Amino acid sequence: MIVEFGHFALILALAVAVAQSILPIVGFFRRDPALMAVAPKASLMQLLLVAIAFSALTYAYLVSDFSLVNVVENSHSEKPLIFKISGVWGNHEGSMLLWVLILALFGAAVAVFGGNLPQTLKANVLAVQGWISTAFLAFILTTSNPFHRLAEPAMEGNDLNPVLQDVGLAIHPPLLYLGYVGFSIAFAFAIAALIEGRIDAAWARWVRPWVLAAWIFLTAGIAMGSYWAYYELGWGGFWFWDPVENASLMPWLVGTALLHSAVVMEKREALKVWTILLAILAFSLSLLGTFLVRSGVLTSVHAFATDPTRGVFILAILCLFIGGGFAMFAVRAGTLRQGGLFAPLSREGALVLNNVFLTVAAGVVLFGTLVPLIVSAFGGAISVGAPYFNTVFGPLFGATLLVVPFGPLLAWKRGNLLGALERLWAVFAFAALIGLGIAWLNGATHLLAAVGLGGAVWVLVGAFAELWSRARFRQVGLAVGFRRLAGLPRSAFGTALAHAGLGVTLLGIVSTSAFQSEAILEMKPGDTATVGGYSVTFDGVRNGAGPNYTEQVVSMTVRQGGTVQFIVEPTRRFYTTRQMPTTEAGIRTHGLSQFYVTLGGEGRQTGSLVVRMWDKPLVTLIWLGALAMMAGGALSLTDRRLRVGAPKPARQVAPVIVAD
Amino acid sequence: MRLFSVLALLFALSGPAFAVDPSERLADPALEARARQISEELRCLVCQNQSIDASDAQLAKDLRVIVRERITAGDSDDQVRDFLVDRYGEFVLLRPRAHGVGLLLWVLPLALLLVAGGGLFIAFRRRTASPEAERLSPEEEAALKALSREDDGRANI
Repeated sequence: MIVEFGHFALILALAVAVAQSILPIVGFFRRDPALMAVAPKASLMQLLLVAIAFSALTYAYLVSDFSLVNVVENSHSEKPLIFKISGVWGNHEGSMLLWVLILALFGAAVAVFGGNLPQTLKANVLAVQGWISTAFLAFILTTSNPFHRLAEPAMEGNDLNPVLQDVGLAIHPPLLYLGYVGFSIAFAFAIAALIEGRIDAAWARWVRPWVLAAWIFLTAGIAMGSYWAYYELGWGGFWFWDPVENASLMPWLVGTALLHSAVVMEKREALKVWTILLAILAFSLSLLGTFLVRSGVLTSVHAFATDPTRGVFILAILCLFIGGGFAMFAVRAGTLRQGGLFAPLSREGALVLNNVFLTVAAGVVLFGTLVPLIVSAFGGAISVGAPYFNTVFGPLFGATLLVVPFGPLLAWKRGNLLGALERLWAVFAFAALIGLGIAWLNGATHLLAAVGLGGAVWVLVGAFAELWSRARFRQVGLAVGFRRLAGLPRSAFGTALAHAGLGVTLLGIVSTSAFQSEAILEMKPGDTATVGGYSVTFDGVRNGAGPNYTEQVVSMTVRQGGTVQFIVEPTRRFYTTRQMPTTEAGIRTHGLSQFYVTLGGEGRQTGSLVVRMWDKPLVTLIWLGALAMMAGGALSLTDRRLRVGAPKPARQVAPVIVAD
Repeated sequence: MRLFSVLALLFALSGPAFAVDPSERLADPALEARARQISEELRCLVCQNQSIDASDAQLAKDLRVIVRERITAGDSDDQVRDFLVDRYGEFVLLRPRAHGVGLLLWVLPLALLLVAGGGLFIAFRRRTASPEAERLSPEEEAALKALSREDDGRANI
């Protein structure tokens, strides 16, 4: 009954979404405030209905209702509670429902927090949100309905894929979707601006917090996914250039560009057309990401061709929104008035350069991801893998990172490059010293690593140059300097922190790639091996069992210079329902580095196991850097200027009468 | 989000084998290092976007052994790659070669940068060439002159 209730709520949500798509727009063209006022109410109602549907599905998972196809296929009565919940979105149908729930959440947030938006803009934005909702709700109800019942209920479920039974993966999709769908707000604002033919600094001020929030979530989602792949898939890598990963990286790159160009728009009213284009592009790539992952086109173009219902539906959504978005852009962008002028060498110019690099990088990833699909659709076969992306993306993104410290130091309109250089030379000297030191310590073999580490230090320390120069410690002394620092807007600290985070991540990537030590060997109880200055002793094997698996835990003692450092316990699991083996890496964090051990199959000698071990210096910095970026974003989000939002008409100040 | 790739990957698993088995390795560390480097850029053909170096599949193991056999037989890196391309086609290379569509892939980043750079250059040129927004009207010029004269006067006092 509860399930049918949820199903019905979802159908109602579609009806409401249709109303939300049409009525406010009609109201806008007829100048009818009553029709426009439908928009916020409809979006709140939609959130309520989709939330009911989502709760109903979650309930079905919690009570293991095996009369639902979806629950049978992805759950098991003995699965731990948290994975019963995360199982709701650990499959195609449920994850699309989550997508729509988050979309409704954002729509409702605009309705609630957009109190100071002009009514026409609010109505149009929510109507565009309604279009997206309508498309996806229709998609779910016609091709991917999670509420289908079985004529004869099953006794037991098939269990969730063991690899997905992990806390990291429980929160990864929601974070990623918050990012993807968050860009729908930017898209809706962009289309609304095109409909109205009007865009100004206030528009940018309304859009920026949404873009920033979406960007923070997307960063979190990508970092989370990367760490999950690192510890769960057991290859010890953190980024594989898998099409699924690329699908999330592209919106992140364009979203980052959008974030920066929106700053220019807000502060200087320049780059209007470009900002609109980026907003459309960021959401288009989010949709493309959803399409790539959800249509099954990645697994096999041919499988996609044999059962194309879902894929073709998503492709149609894709064409409609991307094509429609760009068509509107082509027709209406000319009506937007160009804003402030600036010299090439200026803060605006630096941000344009950032935008160029980021969009070119996104273009490279896009092309590299799609080419194999296109070629295979025409009967050919080509692979574009990690070696290609590393070679091409590395220098491109590296160049972007090198100019990061300059941006905040240049003035608006007309900057002084020499002045910026003057303030950065100390940072440059420090970074160069680090690079040279590393080159000297390691000889010619690690030249690239030395350059990379020097670059990372440059980005990391250079990020704080703006704060340093604005505090003017050298001119005004320490006390006044700190007071000046405290007086700076939070967004300045946010910028510094996020930029420093880039440097931190780069530091982690370079040091792990260049200086990790690896050992692959067969070991049996009592054996000792060495890897990267550690000696590792295989103590023994212990059998155990979890709620839905049996396991073999290997215990290893890791020593350095004879003293015991820590115990590491790599594990092999066997999930009984799916008859599937997995390996759980044994990972110990020491300082900022990690010791990583995975188990393979049986060795040639009886009782021996194949063991693969790594010591990964500073590897945690990869994700700590992402945390710093997110913290920087969050700090900017709390900046008063963003919180207050768009300028309200200033209250009339009573004239002060000065007695003469 | 990784659901599909993970699924495909798991289907490709053939028992609990393991990437780079110690038994496959060559005794000569220099040759083994070369083999590893080549393997990292060869695709495990039955897997989803995995190199034969990282894959657990039986085919990946076979390819790893072939690579090591060719290296021991005295092949150069390129000869090993050619050998595999002859057998399995360009699909086996994770780093596409620079001809045909592959050439497009390698030229694209530079082309995109050039187009973007050219576009920017033209945009800036056009803006500076038509500075209507910056040029003052005759009235404004006159007002400005009057103002600066006033200032001069004051400065002289």
